[in-house]
Amino acid sequence: MARTIGKFALAVLGAVALQAHGASAPVQPQRQVPDTMAQRTQACTVCHGKEGRATNAGYFPRIAGKPATYLYNQLVNFRDGRRSYAAMTHLLDYLSDAYLREIADYFAGLDLPYPPPQTVDAPAQLLERGRILVQQGDAKRELPACVRCHGTAMTGVEPATPGLLGLPRDYLVGQLGAWQNGRRHTPTPDCMARVAQKLSAEDVGAIASWLSAQPLPANSHAALSSPDKRPLDCGSVVQ
Amino acid sequence: MITRTLRQFLVLLLLGVVAAAVALWWNERDESSTTSAPEALAPTPQQIERGAYLARAGNCAGCHTARGAKPYAGGVGIATPFGTVFSSNLTPDNANGLGQWSSGDFWRALHHGRSRDGRLLYPAFPYTSYTLVSREDSDALFAYFKSLPGVSRPNQAHALDFPYNSQAALAVWRALFFTPGPYVAESDQSAQWNRGAYLVRGLGHCAECHAERNAMGARKDPLLLQGGMVPLQRWYAPSLAAVHEAGVNQADTEPTLALLKTGVAQDRSAMGPMAEVVYRSTQYLSDADLLAMVAYLKDRPGPSIPRPTPVATEKSAQYSGGEQIYARHCAQCHGERGEGAPGAYAPLAGNRAVTLASTANLVQAVLNGGYPPSTTGNPRPYGMPPFRQSLDDVQVAAVLTYIRQAWGNTGGAVPVRDVVQPQ
Repeated sequence: MARTIGKFALAVLGAVALQAHGASAPVQPQRQVPDTMAQRTQACTVCHGKEGRATNAGYFPRIAGKPATYLYNQLVNFRDGRRSYAAMTHLLDYLSDAYLREIADYFAGLDLPYPPPQTVDAPAQLLERGRILVQQGDAKRELPACVRCHGTAMTGVEPATPGLLGLPRDYLVGQLGAWQNGRRHTPTPDCMARVAQKLSAEDVGAIASWLSAQPLPANSHAALSSPDKRPLDCGSVVQ
Repeated sequence: MITRTLRQFLVLLLLGVVAAAVALWWNERDESSTTSAPEALAPTPQQIERGAYLARAGNCAGCHTARGAKPYAGGVGIATPFGTVFSSNLTPDNANGLGQWSSGDFWRALHHGRSRDGRLLYPAFPYTSYTLVSREDSDALFAYFKSLPGVSRPNQAHALDFPYNSQAALAVWRALFFTPGPYVAESDQSAQWNRGAYLVRGLGHCAECHAERNAMGARKDPLLLQGGMVPLQRWYAPSLAAVHEAGVNQADTEPTLALLKTGVAQDRSAMGPMAEVVYRSTQYLSDADLLAMVAYLKDRPGPSIPRPTPVATEKSAQYSGGEQIYARHCAQCHGERGEGAPGAYAPLAGNRAVTLASTANLVQAVLNGGYPPSTTGNPRPYGMPPFRQSLDDVQVAAVLTYIRQAWGNTGGAVPVRDVVQPQ
């Protein structure tokens, strides 16, 4: 008898507990989180680093302080399949152009210090080959110097050309490789695809090594305009 | 002996011929309304606008517009357990699209699942639902597609395994699992209820995900909307009827309406395939149509899925490990007591999505993160970070076990095998 009563009491308690849980959420003061872009973009900074300034030790590129239109174009390109990285595409699939523009403007507007350059132990010969390709190009192969579009300081050119410094070597190699094998595109004319396809594997290694060994200049901002006419037409600039 | 074998053979042959005749008759019944020549269309602007609205109600672009490509030019590969089906070009291009189609051809495709050239269409094109669409709405959709700029992208052949690539197999499937509509209003229900039923069961094709499928890929009990795995996507579309799943039939109207209109409600948000549905489809529907859909959904029969058995209250080592991971990675947004933050982060305490028997959606959310859709009603959503880079499978299983059992939640522990995914 006592056992039956015990069982009954347990059953009643269980039912009450279930009801309390199922009927409505317990009354709690409603939490508020900051109504900011920093809070909204935590899905970005988990990989791209605090405030979008990824350390250059890994693969993920820094996004803080890059030209706004460049960042916006990349977000649209990931969403629309011109760049291929499943994690990015998944996050951006159902975001509007207006919100992507706001996200791009937010990260572009961050003005934060850079860490020291990543590559410190590359062979001098490799670095020199990289320096020449970046600063002078190779006229024999009709290969324009990187600085002609990306700015003499290599910090990018507003509004849509990114800087090349402060990025991980692996990321630079990965991007040049993606341009070569068609996994990264811009709207036509796809100038970077044309440039990248002229590069050998050794060229790519040299360029990435030299760029990732360079410190940022005192003024790390993108140049407001290009010093001379671009050597190639680029769909990305007017995208 | 020979006579017996011959007799058996002849009987089988006869049965085969009869079955083929029945399948053929079954597949072609009620098709007299088609016309062959494209008629001169004179659609009104209102009809085209109506068609654009209906195309959104059916999320036609979800399958017929490829990523970053021209609208409705097709070419999207839809992975099914039977192979890949490629969507077709719906633009009015003469060679590759609907240029040569008549409104009758279009109606036959939508209503009977048969193409202009007589081929049976694969039900990845959900004519199993669209068959309910009225002729008037079919004509409006057709007028809209005909008004688009033509795109000359050729259609791509399906990549299906044998025997699914044969028309004969498809005819048999249709004889077993497809009944042409159209929607017949139920006279004992209100006009609003009937409008909702027409949208949910027709263009909305909700049952294509929210109903379980059998081994042949056909929906079981589509009217019940009892939930099912989305084929090949590792997402679970919860039961809209079971109170411990989405339980739309038990809930107030307002949260369901808000979810369909904006992608978020006070205590929930749309992620994964449902985020797409809200982003491309339901956010554009009128309040009247959304209210009708909710009214119909609220009237679905009650749950038949048993509530998961509450687990033992003793906390495991996995739970304790998960508690630490939660404090470090999750509490900042979801709150120390899983209370969430209204409009930004869903609460985890008392959230039915957390304690579903299927852990598929939780695993997706933690590994890949995601944003609810940005909609007119919620243009700047807060996002969930992907944790694939920072947590391993054992840690993901632990933190999910914790959130399923903390704060009074009564979900089961999550085995590591539920988290492991082929890359």
